[in-house]
Amino acid sequence: MGKRTIIPFGPQHPVLPEPIHLDLVIEDETVVEAIPSIGFIHRGLEKLVEKKEYAEMVYVIERVCGICSFGHGWGYCAAVEGLMKVEVPTRANYLRTIWHELSRVHSHLLWLGLMADAFGFESLFMHCWRLRETILDMFEKTTGGRVIFSVCKVGGVRKDVDNETLGGIVDGLNKIKAEIKGLTDVFITDKSVKNRTLGVGVLSKEKAMEFGAVGPVARASGVLQDMRLTGKGVYDELGFEPVIEEGGDCYARTAVRIREVFQSIELIETAAKGIPDGDIAIAVKGNPDGEFVARMEQPRGEAFYYAKGSGSKFLDRMRVRTPTNQNIPALVQMLQGADLADVPVLVLTIDPCISCTER
Amino acid sequence: MSEKKYLIQNFVPVTASELLGKVQDLKADGYRLGQACCTKLQEGLEIMYSFDKDHELLNLKLTVGEGQELESISNTIWHAFIYENEMHDLFGVKFNNSVLDYGGHFFKVAEPTPWNPNNEERKAEQNG
Repeated sequence: MGKRTIIPFGPQHPVLPEPIHLDLVIEDETVVEAIPSIGFIHRGLEKLVEKKEYAEMVYVIERVCGICSFGHGWGYCAAVEGLMKVEVPTRANYLRTIWHELSRVHSHLLWLGLMADAFGFESLFMHCWRLRETILDMFEKTTGGRVIFSVCKVGGVRKDVDNETLGGIVDGLNKIKAEIKGLTDVFITDKSVKNRTLGVGVLSKEKAMEFGAVGPVARASGVLQDMRLTGKGVYDELGFEPVIEEGGDCYARTAVRIREVFQSIELIETAAKGIPDGDIAIAVKGNPDGEFVARMEQPRGEAFYYAKGSGSKFLDRMRVRTPTNQNIPALVQMLQGADLADVPVLVLTIDPCISCTER
Repeated sequence: MSEKKYLIQNFVPVTASELLGKVQDLKADGYRLGQACCTKLQEGLEIMYSFDKDHELLNLKLTVGEGQELESISNTIWHAFIYENEMHDLFGVKFNNSVLDYGGHFFKVAEPTPWNPNNEERKAEQNG
């Protein structure tokens, strides 16, 4: 047995946009144990449910994350709508699905850029983020916002998007598709990139299930798990099938996200062609009384939204469990046996969002 | 078209003494722990463990009194330590035999159990 040393990793580290701390117990150059610490930026957003009426709380929940804010808003609304037995108009469901999938494209492009940065490929990082700007422009055009949109509300959506604009979005996505393909081919085929990802941080299917991994982390290990299969939104109508890889390593986690970018573009195109005319929201009357658990497939994986009310305009409890929260234990498992030099890239492959986790 | 699985809720009440056995049964049956959380009630605390199997939810719910200690499920489901430490730091729920107990330092909170003002430890600290 070699000499054991504990190396602190984070909470501030070039590869980490947000703070998480890991105590890495290493033997020579190999990680034998990793102990995580979070809580540096705990915001207590859930507690604001006592001061914000249930219809206003959606603005707070959207601010859980600046990347998947739309999905958080939808998840919260889905929980309250389930609790109040509200049936959302079909057109609103189509619009929600389109914005949610656009969020996935932007989130995965952002992550691909961060991943490129993590293994030192600066120009690749910049090109990924340049293409992501195109998606943010689409958000601005359809919602007025680039980060926080505030278009989701209990009972539907606040803004309609005319069919001509939707057609423009599809055209815009098709225009950048070739460029995205050119960039993502580098992650898939470039030898120097593959050296950093292939066979690194393997999480077997059994371990992924045992440690509760979610999202692209689980699907890269061959686990068929995607909350878009639960019948929410219009995914059934769009013929959605989850992207699954079997490798369980950093390469497979990258490949899942890349394939999901193109899949989301196809879903948006199909939704834009099939969106029916009609109302975008219904009036919601009364106050929430009861409880409901909604789940969303965020870009990083399954998220929970638990709403509990007792007939007042304020909910008694709003719980958000984000994907990173669930993937930290899986990360700890992946790190065991990893080379110290691979730790930054490995941490990044769960697409950690600590602000989400801290809520 | 698939059924609307997201509407299936399955809230199942359990007692503190039944919890561990029930969790072991669910794990053996292929269920995955999705989350656990605590809700402050007028009297005591409500704890919920959400499980998933084939995209269907099952929520175990139990009510515990202030100061009542619960057996940790982290020896059966390792990643439960994340949720148990969160419930301890924010609500003051005590879990026995946890695989990874941060001793109240999982979240860096300004005051003990900020979401449960009735917690005895918090009162004791405030009273000096």
